[in-house]
Amino acid sequence: MKRKIKETIIKNIFLFIALVSIVILALIVIFLFIEGIPVFKVVSIKDFIFGIEWYPTYDPPSFGIWSLIVGSFIVTLCASVIAIPLGVLSAVYIAEIAPPLIKEVFKPVVELLAGLPSVVLGFFGMAVMAPWLQATFDIPTGLNIVNASMLLALMAVPTIASISEDALYSVPQEFKEASYALGATRFETIARVIVPAALSGISTAVILGMARAIGETMVVLMVAGGAAAIPESIFDSVRPMPASIAAEMGEAPFRSDHYHALFATGIILFGLTLSFNLIADYVSHKFKEVGSATL
Amino acid sequence: MRTNDSIIQTKQVNFFYGTFKALIDVTMDFEKNKVTALIGPSGCGKSTLLRLLNRMNDLIDGTRVEGEVIFEGTNIYDTGIDPVDIRRRIGMVFQKPNPFPKTIFDNITYGPKLNGVRSKDAQETLVQQSLEQASLWEEVKDILNRSAMTLSGGQQQRLCIARALAMRPDVLLMDEPTSALDPISTAKIEELIAELKRNYTIIIVTHNMQQAARVSDYTGFFYLGKLIEFNPTEKLFTKPDEKQTEEYITGRFG
Repeated sequence: MKRKIKETIIKNIFLFIALVSIVILALIVIFLFIEGIPVFKVVSIKDFIFGIEWYPTYDPPSFGIWSLIVGSFIVTLCASVIAIPLGVLSAVYIAEIAPPLIKEVFKPVVELLAGLPSVVLGFFGMAVMAPWLQATFDIPTGLNIVNASMLLALMAVPTIASISEDALYSVPQEFKEASYALGATRFETIARVIVPAALSGISTAVILGMARAIGETMVVLMVAGGAAAIPESIFDSVRPMPASIAAEMGEAPFRSDHYHALFATGIILFGLTLSFNLIADYVSHKFKEVGSATL
Repeated sequence: MRTNDSIIQTKQVNFFYGTFKALIDVTMDFEKNKVTALIGPSGCGKSTLLRLLNRMNDLIDGTRVEGEVIFEGTNIYDTGIDPVDIRRRIGMVFQKPNPFPKTIFDNITYGPKLNGVRSKDAQETLVQQSLEQASLWEEVKDILNRSAMTLSGGQQQRLCIARALAMRPDVLLMDEPTSALDPISTAKIEELIAELKRNYTIIIVTHNMQQAARVSDYTGFFYLGKLIEFNPTEKLFTKPDEKQTEEYITGRFG
């Protein structure tokens, strides 16, 4: 009887601890919505999202975040173009090709990349990349989409690489043996058996990497250039949503329309990262290759 | 002994996992179009030997081979021999059915496609022939586009046999192919082995001595990395030359 009570108490302690983080998350989301929704009294949802003019401090102000959304998407997209091949191929290399010694060096180094504070990356972008881009391509500023995308890619690579790598590792050894025994080379085995079998995990990795890039603040704040306009080339400056929020929150008067508009931008951003995560979750379940033989 | 019609010979083969010597001085002749069974207690080296014959052990780091494995006149461990070519001619079926998570059709055509069989017609013929040879055609002919993972364990194993046969190998290596199957599926695979030996040379590792006695023409008994006795199956199971063999087959150790 005493043992039973003890079990119940322990069970409830764990339940409580698990609930804490969920409750906190829920409170933050509720807070985000409470602070964000009032902006829709001065601007319609449609004008807010699709308006291209972001002049929050003008009189009258205009709160259209379309150029911020485009900014976020364009840097995320460009970053993905760089980060997906880099991340996936390095995962393939580490998981399947590298000799053990090299694997032991590469794996932690790639993971270390994830540990780099984003402000340090931002420094690098401002002090090294920007002048180089400016000089090489003869453009007015090196703080632009290309610069931001490259740094975001650098931040997404560890996420993509390490999750893809786990997916590749979990491909059963039996599949590989079957392939080799049929006279496949290592590259045929990788391309036709291992990668397809790990595809759901790799897709999840890619989506989570992109979610990381779209939510990243410091790098885009420092190197994207900050122009709230629809870009015309990849050398234009943009102002992605997180950068806009971070830059303006300090100067927006408490509970002003501007303040609410920034929170509303946060809602949009939250919606985007949430949907990325939901898609990742869906993909990882939907396309799960059923393991080896079911006996 | 029997060198008249042999297809694979091992000559004084030693095999090392790191510093552990898993095979000691193994010399054997495998006769063409016969079934040879390798028996012995766990860890005796029989599976290791089997995997040596198509260089599957190459995939394990830190292994080393000494001696020669002669397949149709060439030592397959000579430098300059591509293990990929060897594996295309010496097929393998594993202990646990391991179809790819692809359709039944794609499982069969996986190997042939690597060999350059591109035409749909040729592929379809091959799929039918291979499945017929593996006595699976009747059961799956209407569901060729279904995932191989939906088949039962026994069907999966016959699919794996069909997949190996689709490469038109000369030799088929089977590593305890029925140890994960129920008795009915096992009986089907054994029937299949009897059928297949008309066209293929089969080398089978088994834990099941009755199975060795039922399906094989020759049997080799291994113990602690050594080939203790290699004789026609009937002789080995009735009047073995070696005392150790007799003790093992009568269940006194192992």
